[in-house]
Amino acid sequence: MTSADAGSVPAVEGLLRELAPQVLGALVRRHGDFDACEDALQEALVAAVGRWPIEGLPGNPRGWLLTVASRRLIEIWRNEAARRRREAAAATAAAHAGPVPVADDTLTLLFLCCHPSLTPVSQVTLTLRAVGGLTTAEIARAFLVPEATMGQRISRAKQTIKASGADFRMPPPADQAARLAAVEHVLYLIFNEGYSATSGPALMRVDLTREAIRLSRQLHARLPEDTEVTGLLALMLLTDARRPARTRADGTLVPLNEQDRSRWDRRAIAEGVALITGALARAPIGPYQLQAAIAAVHDEAARAEDTDWRQILGLYGLLETIAPGPMIMLNRIVAVAMVEGPRPALERLSAAEADPALADHHRVAAVRAHLLEMAGDSAAAADLYGIAARRTLSIPERRYLEERAGRLALSTGR
Amino acid sequence: MKYLLLIYHNPGTRQIWDSLSQSQRAEGLAAYAELNEELAASGELIVAEALAEPPLAKRVTVRDGQTMTSDGPFAEAKEQLAGFYLVECDSLERAVAIAARIPEAPVAEIEVRPIMTYAGLEM
Repeated sequence: MTSADAGSVPAVEGLLRELAPQVLGALVRRHGDFDACEDALQEALVAAVGRWPIEGLPGNPRGWLLTVASRRLIEIWRNEAARRRREAAAATAAAHAGPVPVADDTLTLLFLCCHPSLTPVSQVTLTLRAVGGLTTAEIARAFLVPEATMGQRISRAKQTIKASGADFRMPPPADQAARLAAVEHVLYLIFNEGYSATSGPALMRVDLTREAIRLSRQLHARLPEDTEVTGLLALMLLTDARRPARTRADGTLVPLNEQDRSRWDRRAIAEGVALITGALARAPIGPYQLQAAIAAVHDEAARAEDTDWRQILGLYGLLETIAPGPMIMLNRIVAVAMVEGPRPALERLSAAEADPALADHHRVAAVRAHLLEMAGDSAAAADLYGIAARRTLSIPERRYLEERAGRLALSTGR
Repeated sequence: MKYLLLIYHNPGTRQIWDSLSQSQRAEGLAAYAELNEELAASGELIVAEALAEPPLAKRVTVRDGQTMTSDGPFAEAKEQLAGFYLVECDSLERAVAIAARIPEAPVAEIEVRPIMTYAGLEM
């Protein structure tokens, strides 16, 4: 990379996001007070993004951030009358502290930001800011809420953590599995938010998909033996690989079986397949691995008609056993249709509808429409696609279902 | 998921408010403040506003490129929109639970409307 590239705005932003959790970890280690340290770092990041692209990178970017954030931290404390005594102590500590050890605090930070006292929405927000190094404005735009709301959400989340008594250290071993599950879920939510946004008014939004993959890579690098973390990263790569083929120029969704597979990202697929193959060879198996395995089977089919639906059906069977849910149930029924034909799948759908979890699910109509279309009953399928279109909460999905209904209605001459 | 919680008053709601004592009204407003504080703390509140009385509303229509405003006939409407919450929470169940916490819920009608998203499922 040339020096001109290194100082470009995207390169600076990338570097800052890498450095953010390291600097925050160092600050919290030295001073405690996660809340104030996080605010101080945020201001240092904003200062850096304003200055570095113009003035060039400092010789030691990490040290620069640490110095600016420390200075800012002392100002924050100075402004708080109640903390006067602490300010003196901190000033002394800062003056006497030697070089800060390059400790890897990313994992500790992830656990803290995904603390169980926070709602998932707040966990996502705080993770993006404290670990992801995004600004409040960027996060607000990404989630389509006002910046003031997002700022309030962040400061409240930090107060909640403080009130819960959590501090900057790894959770006890007994809690780690549950806490890791929360971290995985948060990364999954960030990915989904970004993946959805590809068909939304996305121009001004940071790429949350890439951000989720980056954070998952960091998590995987720290916990390479964890098969579910590996599965999660593989799932993201294998799903994101299809992104170039997933939407038309006008933003409408292209269903998997109609996508131009030559546009899929082969490198991401190869990496995802290698990761999931390695994880599945080890125990224990989990829902992220199974979803990644299903994504891998789709991605490895050169044409839609080459898809190994038998294998997918088997994987959905496993998934339904270990992590049942309405979406899994419906996807499995679609797989049944591909293996055994639409009639047996329709019978299963009618039986499954007795399950209260599925009774009112908006996708039941869409799946039934799809099965009826496969069975050649275009008129009934068109009606059901119309019903499904009115029930969905997703604008791209509604457009897709309306288009489907319209196409079938035309073909039946109605 | 984002949800819009619409608070509708009916003539009865208004009567009840008018019959409240000063301290009962203060209690009601304090209950709103408490709910807002709680939703801000959980990170779920995006915005909450009370609306001015319907006689202050304007109805806007555009016909053949002409913009016309008139005083709405809204003052006579039985159900009147009096305020709203825009929240972001994890499920419809949670949105309904928040709606039930709105201090006026026992005397008004609260409508919970999901906001459409750009989320698209794999198909």
